Amino acid sequence: MNREARAGVALAAPAFVVLAGVAVAPVLAAVWLSLHRSILVFHEHRFVGLGNFQFLLSDGRFWSALGTTAYFTAVAVGIELLLGLPLALLLQNSGGLFRAALLLPWAVPTAISARLWAWLFNPQYGLLHRLLPAVDWLGSPRIALHAAILVDVWKTTPFVALLLLAGLQSIPDEVVKAARIDGARPARIFRSITLPLLKPAILLALLFRSLDAFRVFDAIYVLTEGGPGNSTETLSIYAYKTMLRAGDFGYGSTLAVATFLCVACIGLLFGRALRERT
Amino acid sequence: MKRGLALLFFVGPFLWMALTSVWPEAQLTRPLPEALTLASYAGLGGSFARAVVNSLIVAALTTAVCLAAGSAAAFAIARLPVPGKGGLLAFALAVSMFPPIATVSPLYLVLRAVGLRDSLPGLVLPYTTFALPLALWLMTSFFRALPDELYRAARIDGCTPWQAYLHVFLPLSAPALATSAILVFIFSWNELLYALALISTPERRTIPVAIVLFAGEHAEPWGQIAAASMVATLPLAALVLLFQRRIVAGLTAGAVKG
Repeated sequence: MNREARAGVALAAPAFVVLAGVAVAPVLAAVWLSLHRSILVFHEHRFVGLGNFQFLLSDGRFWSALGTTAYFTAVAVGIELLLGLPLALLLQNSGGLFRAALLLPWAVPTAISARLWAWLFNPQYGLLHRLLPAVDWLGSPRIALHAAILVDVWKTTPFVALLLLAGLQSIPDEVVKAARIDGARPARIFRSITLPLLKPAILLALLFRSLDAFRVFDAIYVLTEGGPGNSTETLSIYAYKTMLRAGDFGYGSTLAVATFLCVACIGLLFGRALRERT
Repeated sequence: MKRGLALLFFVGPFLWMALTSVWPEAQLTRPLPEALTLASYAGLGGSFARAVVNSLIVAALTTAVCLAAGSAAAFAIARLPVPGKGGLLAFALAVSMFPPIATVSPLYLVLRAVGLRDSLPGLVLPYTTFALPLALWLMTSFFRALPDELYRAARIDGCTPWQAYLHVFLPLSAPALATSAILVFIFSWNELLYALALISTPERRTIPVAIVLFAGEHAEPWGQIAAASMVATLPLAALVLLFQRRIVAGLTAGAVKG
């Protein structure tokens, strides 16, 4: 190896040692743990093979958490894209102050914004409760998950809009001007030029947001802790409770590995779609 | 009009938070306060100040580690013949998408075994893995955009590859370092899952954990929670106002390049 390559490896090594050691190795260790019955407080730790996975398949609470997570992801990301596009168009002609204001929900810790929304939803004197007294935002199993979706939409729509804005700005002006000279109306230009050229940015936003929404933890933990009656329990929440409340690291790791596999599938699926596009 | 609606939805809740923080506790049942007070801020006390300091320590350490390791690796990938460098970037991107819950159980056990579980340095490790890929990507695209001649000129002038990194490229990369630092800092300042899972001593809580576990004697102390939230939000509001352009550029750097 020449001097250049030696220096390169030495400079790159720390970052990749950290990534391999603190991210990849733990995931492999989680897979190993998921093959065990491992309960900390009882000092119990024995190999059970695929026993946990067998239990997982018949665990109704797992399937319900998977369904909740998938529903949360699909609805939240869908709304964020639908609202993000007009917001991106609005941002295109706005100043820095407006942009900074919209960045605030993204920048503030989710734990804080979820607490803030819990206060708005508060069934005694929350602002939203005062405006719509008939709605029990966090206490009703059918509404609570949608309240969590509302918080997610509030927090991340600006981020989606910024991604789409970057896509909009990469569309060359000449194409739009040429279409206008040819007599195309604004709606037609949007449908036939802007939208197709925006597709890579839309797919990218879809990828980032789906992966992020699928591992949702903070907002739901703060708003409802998965309640009422597990109606808002997502995979991350269920795995967290199993590991750190029940102390069951074996089955908790099984749930975590299942979450990891779902996220990997989403990543591969969108990743492929993105590569075909570009 | 449209802009007003957007502002009402995205910024309105913060105004309500600000109002709640100066709303006298006894008047919370009223539609609006009759007088304003700073009592909620005065009542925050030392434990929340402690959380602010803890968050600052963790965020600063994470930022330092990510910038040091990230910029060195980015320079190597952008400028030096590192074997398999394309794969390394893809690998980092994949790691950044790992769901945090997937690594909680082994990290909990390992950090417990080495005595770092309930400690602030123990938090820096997992935070680094989720923030480092972002810094690495931003820095790599910055170094790649610099002209090829720069590295060759430095070498001809007698710099070793290390010196070229330390004396030529690192000083030039100040803007990219700043962008990375802001994003990594915000990420670490905001993280909840690991802090909740690993920290059990109240004196070592970070801001998000302190806010989540904010306990009152009877009912939830909404005024104090709002005051604490204001304190934790103000530095971020300042960052966003000052560095809006940088943050947007950093966040969307990947999107533009596809």
